[in-house]
Amino acid sequence: MNITGEDLILACSAIGAGLAVIAGIGPGIGQGIAAGHAAAAVGRNPGAKGDVMSTMLLGQAVAETTGLYGLLIAMLLLFVKPLV
Amino acid sequence: MNNAILMSSGADDIDFMIHGVFSYELFGQTLWITTSHVCILIVVLLIAALGIAANRTMKHAKEIPEGFQNVLEILVEKLDGVVYGTMGKVAAPKFVNYISTIFIFIFMSNISGLFGLRPPTADYGTTLALGLITFFLIHITQFKNLPLSQIWKDMCSPLPPWLPIWFPINLISEIAVPISLSLRLFANVLSGTVMMALVYGLLSKIALVWPAALHVYFDLFSGAIQTYVFCMLTMTYISQNYETE
Repeated sequence: MNITGEDLILACSAIGAGLAVIAGIGPGIGQGIAAGHAAAAVGRNPGAKGDVMSTMLLGQAVAETTGLYGLLIAMLLLFVKPLV
Repeated sequence: MNNAILMSSGADDIDFMIHGVFSYELFGQTLWITTSHVCILIVVLLIAALGIAANRTMKHAKEIPEGFQNVLEILVEKLDGVVYGTMGKVAAPKFVNYISTIFIFIFMSNISGLFGLRPPTADYGTTLALGLITFFLIHITQFKNLPLSQIWKDMCSPLPPWLPIWFPINLISEIAVPISLSLRLFANVLSGTVMMALVYGLLSKIALVWPAALHVYFDLFSGAIQTYVFCMLTMTYISQNYETE
């Protein structure tokens, strides 16, 4: 079986894409912490549920950005193939 | 598309890319009208039709609202409430129209995946344009409302104004605002689109009713959250320039 240079780059791009989505671990932990603290806050002060929810969602969406960057890199490696 | 991988998995109808509809020449460049343009056109026509219908309804507004008038009043009141609650009484009247407009546009674009369109916000061109509008709004309001000495002091902020070592780093963080805003919206919607394309492409034999649940999550829930976040961040960035008043 002959492996050309392009095949090698494609295979390594697939591995790189898999490594890039490991970036999802960080936002997962961060969003979990935010949701846990929001639940505790609602438990202490149920009247402020609306404010707590909107603040939590905003913070979670900002924290999610780093994970999405990893996802974008994976997509670029798999579908745009900039290295070939 | 990476045909080698997809063909070997037995599915050749996975399709989430942007396609060209027709091309034209302009100053020696070949430009394409893509599916994103067509989807934006559909969304904009839908919003325009909604606006015309709303105008006709509100011209014959009744004292006790019913039907469509109820929906419109709830929509306007909710959007007003969110904008006034975030931006305060000084800045809100200037921006409530713009924020409501982008809210409706981004929301309609995000949920258009439900109706079989490719969401226009899954094209980086659309979201970068929205992010750049926010960027220019931030800096125009900044130069309008704050004196130049204050802006210079903010740009050198952790250090005193006569020692601008921190200035390049603050400049980079200012430039990162539209990029992160647009990439966040783009990547969220794109990931939903790719997931739905994979479900319909790879599991097409058993994708009968249960993808509806995925549609509710990826299109409705995620789309609504990202719309809210985009508008919320735009409002926070703009209203930072009003705090000294």
